[in-house]
Amino acid sequence: MSALIENLDPLLRALGTTVLILVVSAVGSLVLGVLVTVARVSPIPVLRGAAFAYVQVFVNIPLLALLLLFVFALPDAGLLMPLTTTVIVVLVVYEAAYVAEAVRSGINTVAAGQVEAARALGLRLSQTLRFVVVPQAVRAVVQPLGNVMIALLMNTALAATVGVVELTSAVNKVNLVAAQPIPIFTAAGLTYMALALAIGLAAGRIEKKVAIHR
Amino acid sequence: MSTPMVSMRGVEKHFGDLHVLRSIDLDVAPREVVVVIGPSGSGKSTLCRTINRLEPIDAGEIRVDGELLPVEGPQLAQLRADVGMVFQSFNLFGHLSVLDNVMLAPLKVRKVARATARDEAMALLERVGIADKADRVPAQLSGGQQQRAAIARSLAMHPKLMLFDEPTSALDPEMVNEVLEVMASLAADGMTMVVVTHEMGFARRAADRVVFMDAGSIVEEAPPAEFFDATRSERARSFLSNVLAH
Repeated sequence: MSALIENLDPLLRALGTTVLILVVSAVGSLVLGVLVTVARVSPIPVLRGAAFAYVQVFVNIPLLALLLLFVFALPDAGLLMPLTTTVIVVLVVYEAAYVAEAVRSGINTVAAGQVEAARALGLRLSQTLRFVVVPQAVRAVVQPLGNVMIALLMNTALAATVGVVELTSAVNKVNLVAAQPIPIFTAAGLTYMALALAIGLAAGRIEKKVAIHR
Repeated sequence: MSTPMVSMRGVEKHFGDLHVLRSIDLDVAPREVVVVIGPSGSGKSTLCRTINRLEPIDAGEIRVDGELLPVEGPQLAQLRADVGMVFQSFNLFGHLSVLDNVMLAPLKVRKVARATARDEAMALLERVGIADKADRVPAQLSGGQQQRAAIARSLAMHPKLMLFDEPTSALDPEMVNEVLEVMASLAADGMTMVVVTHEMGFARRAADRVVFMDAGSIVEEAPPAEFFDATRSERARSFLSNVLAH
């Protein structure tokens, strides 16, 4: 325990980095993922194909490989970014593929008849999406998106492998000096659990808020 | 003769290799009630769905109130606003109350003031007998009540033509009549209607003309008394003897 208290300051700073990576990547991947979904369900074949290819590529490459590629290849190609920024960029493009899949499955839960009824009433495509499809798709999408965000939280730990001092990297360093692996890694694990729990609870609350009351 | 409300000329439609509509010619006069019957797979539902272009056609032309059906876009949306459609599976918007289902299109498409839309929606729900369910969501209603709500939703747009695509096929038998009652009262009020159905009683009672389809073609059309009592075609006779046997 003493090792944790003595190193509280750098550990808290590392936790801050983890939360920063988590929040920025979450927002970024949600925005990018929704854009990919819009392309995926659009009537334009080129956009649909591009979005499909995007999802296939990033779902089928290990995140670690992607991280190493970006961290070592980008500077070689003349693009030098701070390490934390690079990690955030990688997480955004990677998780966006999973966000896109979750959102698309949500849209698929809205029956085709709903769209037909809206069109038959004279609603334009944009109105059909806004007033009929999206409000119903949201309900099916909250929980899967929560799971993607929890996976994103776990994936932030991979930043340690490319030299970013976030929570996992920091506790590893503390342990190298203090050699108290059980309390140190247990504490780190509990911290991740608390964060994941917070995401899960938030998703649950949002889901309740958008549920159909009957 | 005045402009037909619906005019179909040489309409062809394929689903892949399947030829679902074969050179269909059909006119529906204003205030006329045309009931389309036929065995399943005869193309009668598809015919109904081509009239507001939910199914685009491969060849031929369709006019609604003299106007050629536009391609997908704002103009088509405008035309659809004037053509009511009632589906087999109701298709009420699941996230909205019954009242909001009826009010949505008047508010968003016609830009009617909210208070006006509300009053009119309540009057329509009263008319179809479910005013007390206005604040429920569709899942809380019986099938018959849902279909009546769907009819009210179409009527809220003041359509000049109503399409019914097997409106009672998904209903329990004891709920069929409450929906047919509403449809018969619409017919009596002079609504122009195209009704695809298996309800022979309704066809006999409310139709001005019965159209019998088989294998994508119109085989026979006649006023109901003549169609049911002096059936001309062999195919219609064998269809009727099958459905009326019990």
